[in-house]
Amino acid sequence: MALLEVTGLQVKFDTPEGEVQAVNDLDFSVKHGESLAIVGESGAGKSQAVMAIMGLLAKNGSATGKAKFKGQDLMQMSRKELNNIRGCEIAMIFQDPMTSLNPFLTIEKQMVEVITYHQGLRRGEARAHAVEMLRAVRIPAPEERIKQYPHEFSGGMRQRVMIAMGLLCEPSLLIADEPTTALDVTVQAQITHLVGEMRQKSNMALILITHDLAVVAEVCDRVLVMYAGQVVETGSVEDIFYRPQHPYTQGLLDSVPRMDRPADDELHSIPGNPPNMMDLGSGCHFRDRCSKAMDVCKDDPPLQVAQDGRLSRCFIAIENAGMDNSERVASGTDSAEDSTETAE
Amino acid sequence: MTTPVLRVQDLTVDFTSYTGGLLQRKERVLRAVNGISFDLNASETLGIVGESGSGKSTLARAILGLIKPNRGRVMWQGEDLTLLDEEELRQKRKEIQIVFQDPVASLNPRMTAGDIISEPLWTFYPNMAPLQVEERARGMMKMVGLLPNQINRYPHQFSGGQCQRIGIARSLVLNPKLVICDEPVSALDVSIQAQIINLLKDLQKKLGLALIFIAHDLSLVKHISDRILVMYMGSSMELSERDALYRRPLHPYTNALIKSVPIPDPKLAARVRQDNWLTGDIPSPYDPPKGCIFNTRCLYKVSRCETDVPALRRMEHGDWVACHRAEELDLTICQDP
Repeated sequence: MALLEVTGLQVKFDTPEGEVQAVNDLDFSVKHGESLAIVGESGAGKSQAVMAIMGLLAKNGSATGKAKFKGQDLMQMSRKELNNIRGCEIAMIFQDPMTSLNPFLTIEKQMVEVITYHQGLRRGEARAHAVEMLRAVRIPAPEERIKQYPHEFSGGMRQRVMIAMGLLCEPSLLIADEPTTALDVTVQAQITHLVGEMRQKSNMALILITHDLAVVAEVCDRVLVMYAGQVVETGSVEDIFYRPQHPYTQGLLDSVPRMDRPADDELHSIPGNPPNMMDLGSGCHFRDRCSKAMDVCKDDPPLQVAQDGRLSRCFIAIENAGMDNSERVASGTDSAEDSTETAE
Repeated sequence: MTTPVLRVQDLTVDFTSYTGGLLQRKERVLRAVNGISFDLNASETLGIVGESGSGKSTLARAILGLIKPNRGRVMWQGEDLTLLDEEELRQKRKEIQIVFQDPVASLNPRMTAGDIISEPLWTFYPNMAPLQVEERARGMMKMVGLLPNQINRYPHQFSGGQCQRIGIARSLVLNPKLVICDEPVSALDVSIQAQIINLLKDLQKKLGLALIFIAHDLSLVKHISDRILVMYMGSSMELSERDALYRRPLHPYTNALIKSVPIPDPKLAARVRQDNWLTGDIPSPYDPPKGCIFNTRCLYKVSRCETDVPALRRMEHGDWVACHRAEELDLTICQDP
């Protein structure tokens, strides 16, 4: 049984300009101990999807669908029931560690609160546990630092505190929403490393939300690519990196700057801009930016399930699915050839 | 060799803050920029790289005269900008412009794209005919890849990448000779970043601009810079030609920065990134380490590094480095094994 199984998730926002459909019919699941990356540009609906599951949508947002966590539907839960799960069984860390910590309280107060709320430990025990956790995320001199306020920590250290806080109750799922985007690359490397290590130690599942595929390669098992509120492709990390089927996934891969390529190679980007979610229209939402757009793309492409269980929402992928794999590579598009070459 | 358009010499900026109560007031000095020197030629791009807090933005602001440096000179076409008064400096800003990091926050939400782009024209040429100004604004929009018919839209009606294009159009409308780009793509999606970099490269070629491109990592800078200055805690660590820097960095800090860029390849990522190239945080700038400021995080530290400050010195092939062990260390980056 999957740890978390989301089906038919719809998220809408009422805005003065009209209704915005941020997430449209999203299905995904995460197994015990698995790590899933949700990838896409700003506005793709990646954050709002998990916010909806966690009951954290803004006031003008509404969500429908199912999100079964260990068999219970999170979407049907009362606030009180959710509070027992959030921060305990499911922990979440956000992009900006400064705004997710309370600037008026010491780290100790904030960490001890989590433990006493969820585990009912006494203060002294809770404090010892918090110090131990800070040590586990390699904060030097944790006994001293726990008495400090968030502003006394650097960005990387604050994100470590957030991770430590998230892990206090040994969650079975950690949701990390762009955990390293606000950090320096040097610190990003440390934090990604740390998350991977913590996950291995405790067999915790992970949902990593990011717009940067480079981070995904190191930490994740499976990848879900979102565009304009929809899934456009899913697959194992190897499938996505070496055999992407959707032109959008290919575009995201090409746009990661590679240190191992010559400097004079042209830098790739996806032309155009993410679509206006107020005015999506019909057909493939990516077709205006797609180099392989065809006439048929004016129709809505169905989400196609391949034999190996991968999903792709593209007419080209459907066409290719008719052939066997070697044929697809041989007669495939340029980019498909490129990616297989780099894989070998 | 041609004379450089910009020559920065021994530029130093200190910030002073006060702690303690009224009676026990204590002064603390933070050296944000510490004796930076470099030359920049016309149509050349200098990349400036370092972690947050290394003084890159302060350096940019000091060059523009937005912060008064405590020491040093900023020679712009032979004239020292640090000696000019407010009005003279303002006139110089026609020639030196800046593009900021956060494309949305750096645009006034109550002004239309056209107003934002043409504001510098109104400021410097108040007698210009309105029609001519609008014509110029439309021309700029076209040049940076925006649709001129969107001239009356407001910033919130554009995406992040488009807002940054507006910021670039604004910086170019006065025909500057130097544009300082302070992390112009850090706030954008990876998929959009290259659009902006390629745009800046094209515009530079077309207009013969000199560029200073500030970034916190070495991956994008590679594609736009001719030379790269690596800063750490306000000081120059290395100043090298681009290709040399990526092939064989001279300073262990540069090496660590190169190694920490993630590789978007699951097989390589597992293999290459196992080493911990840079541990710990930047030390407190109020209490910088003795000797080489990088010694607390350096993998190649010897006892000398804790006592002697390494001077920035010129190596045989012309690149600059501040490391005692630059000659003996071979930090050649091995390409895909």
